[in-house]
Amino acid sequence: MSSVSSISNQNIERRSTSLLKTSLGFLGLAVFLLIFADLEITTHDPWIELTRMLTGVITPNFTETENLINAIINTIAFAILGVSLACSFGFGLALIFQYRFVRISCAFVRAIHELFWALLFIQMFGLTPLTGIFAIVIPYSGIFAKVFSEILEESDPTPLKAISAETSKLSTFFFARLPDSLIHFKSYALYRFECGLRSSAILGFIGLPTIGFHLESAFAQAKYSEVAALLIIFYLVITTMHQWMRRSLLPFYIIVSLFILPWGMGDISLDNIMRFFTKDIIPLPLRGVEQFDSNVLVNFTSWFWMMISTQAWPGLLNTVVLTQIALVATGILTLVCFPLISPKFFNRIGRSIGYLFLVILRSTPEYVLAVVFLLLWGPSMLPAILALALHNGAIIGHLIGRYTESLKLRPDSPVKFNLYVFEIIPRVYPQFLAFLFYRWEVIMRETAILGILGITTLGFYIDSAFADLRIDRALFLILVTAMLNIGVDILSCYIRKHLRLSIKAETI
Amino acid sequence: MSRSLFELKCKTGRYNGHPVLHDISISINAGERIALIGKSGAGKSTLLQLLHQQSDNTVALIPQDLGLVKNLSVFHNIYMGRLHTYSNIYNLVNLIKPLNRELENVSNIADRLRLKNKLFSPVGELSGGQQQRTAIGRAFFNQGSILIGDEPVSAIDEHQARDVLQEINHRHETVILAMHDIELALNYTDRIVGLKGGRIVLDTPSQDMKANELGFLYQ
Repeated sequence: MSSVSSISNQNIERRSTSLLKTSLGFLGLAVFLLIFADLEITTHDPWIELTRMLTGVITPNFTETENLINAIINTIAFAILGVSLACSFGFGLALIFQYRFVRISCAFVRAIHELFWALLFIQMFGLTPLTGIFAIVIPYSGIFAKVFSEILEESDPTPLKAISAETSKLSTFFFARLPDSLIHFKSYALYRFECGLRSSAILGFIGLPTIGFHLESAFAQAKYSEVAALLIIFYLVITTMHQWMRRSLLPFYIIVSLFILPWGMGDISLDNIMRFFTKDIIPLPLRGVEQFDSNVLVNFTSWFWMMISTQAWPGLLNTVVLTQIALVATGILTLVCFPLISPKFFNRIGRSIGYLFLVILRSTPEYVLAVVFLLLWGPSMLPAILALALHNGAIIGHLIGRYTESLKLRPDSPVKFNLYVFEIIPRVYPQFLAFLFYRWEVIMRETAILGILGITTLGFYIDSAFADLRIDRALFLILVTAMLNIGVDILSCYIRKHLRLSIKAETI
Repeated sequence: MSRSLFELKCKTGRYNGHPVLHDISISINAGERIALIGKSGAGKSTLLQLLHQQSDNTVALIPQDLGLVKNLSVFHNIYMGRLHTYSNIYNLVNLIKPLNRELENVSNIADRLRLKNKLFSPVGELSGGQQQRTAIGRAFFNQGSILIGDEPVSAIDEHQARDVLQEINHRHETVILAMHDIELALNYTDRIVGLKGGRIVLDTPSQDMKANELGFLYQ
């Protein structure tokens, strides 16, 4: 006997209207924001640069990079140590995720991008492996904790009823809850490891000895054959990951990674760490203050107001503008891309080209795509929008394309465009919106980061503050960025709930 | 007169919040073997649920959805029937590497239910009938004197079903089963409780009944 939950026709209609309204709202907002967005192409001749790049792509040069093997191994080693530590911490935190303090702390650490964490840790530990590992471990732990706790929550509840209520909590957990979740933990950890490889590669752009370090200098010198070689190797590492990343080999990989990382590089001084906490991060007007009087308060207020009005607010506005446009562009690109790998639209040969296209876009970090487009068009929002839309559109497009495989159509269904519009889009649209809203927070985090490349989002001001060694300002702006991210996370959660859009957390 | 195990009197019984049962009054004594019959939606599962809630926690339960952990083996799922009687450490040891003593006990039951060659297969890979027998195995291993089962032999062929029902009666003192096969119900229980539209419309010893007299429950 079961209670049949009947959704009336009226309900379905109301839901699709609200899906449509929401989509149009976001689209309208993005179009409106385009008025304020700086989309200017400032480079002298983009075509010449593009020709050089394409020449580089077809003439990859694997011999030019010094220490190439080291850079690849370091990239993998940082990812292995960072992700496996974060996975263990995240699991521990998932078990106590019911406490509000744990949930808020996790939301906070994951709201700050790993590059910002790295910039902070550099102040403490210098360019040592510790900085790279921490930069991955801290935000990833927060992500793992959230997703693992969601997986545990979604585990099949029926065995709980079937065992005696007197069974201890521990035995219940290990027998009735963990086994069903374990397989999801594993697949999510593997996905996170792929993200970890990208994060690790990007950490090279701020000086750690990973692939990004060589990418940065190759881009700077316009050695595009070297760039192509580095990226090809990176794609190979990612696409073969499922073959070499085995649980049984993980302890071995961890030990090797520990030995391989260049611990001799830079040095950790206790003085630096002490100075960071007791001096650097304290807002300038409060530093060394012995007595808190009205003078200090006035100074601090004007510092605070200066930070808000000249940096935080303009940075925040640009971050929001760029995020909203990039989000909609991601959505449009997803809808264009997913048929490329769907058996409903293309045959095997067509699909394999589509796969290659999506895999390359999804494996290339947004940051690297943005560097490429910046070289083509100069610093404006245009390169950032395209980079974010291509990377995220490829990720969601891949998921939606795979999802269409399971759709069962009537034998006499229409073909091509009519199939797309009448049969497929209506079926995948809720799923598509769910993925897109999940990705919203990720896009915003990345938008802030792209500021480092000269686009005036929050990251631009943060990077400038670090460059001037004004750590107090940098930290203040990082906190503003984190708050903004948490805000978007809450908003996205609210919208998904309101529109009844749900997907399993571990699928993205 | 044997001791009374259940005294259930209620105006309305709810299933997922919806009222399903009305004006129920039933008492069950130790040693009785009862079949609840009636068409689907008549309230059998809800009545079993109410009885289970009333009982102390020594009942061996076979829920309709079986409550198996799909990624664990037949051994572990059967072993779970006795989790509450062992210490945590002992349970964890058996989760990782089954001890010989438990292995022997569990495989005796699995043997009886023709699951012995599947002892270490994940339950998710088994057929519906094999899964159902695993859930029955868990109830046997539990050793509770009362067994509550919701259609426990629905996915098993008739010949085996007879065997299993006999074994259930042999191992558990009091047995309360929801059943859809009237013939089996009459043969293996001694009291028939018929439900229709959420009300008990029949409560009689099995030996007084014939299969064709129960047809009205399904109309």
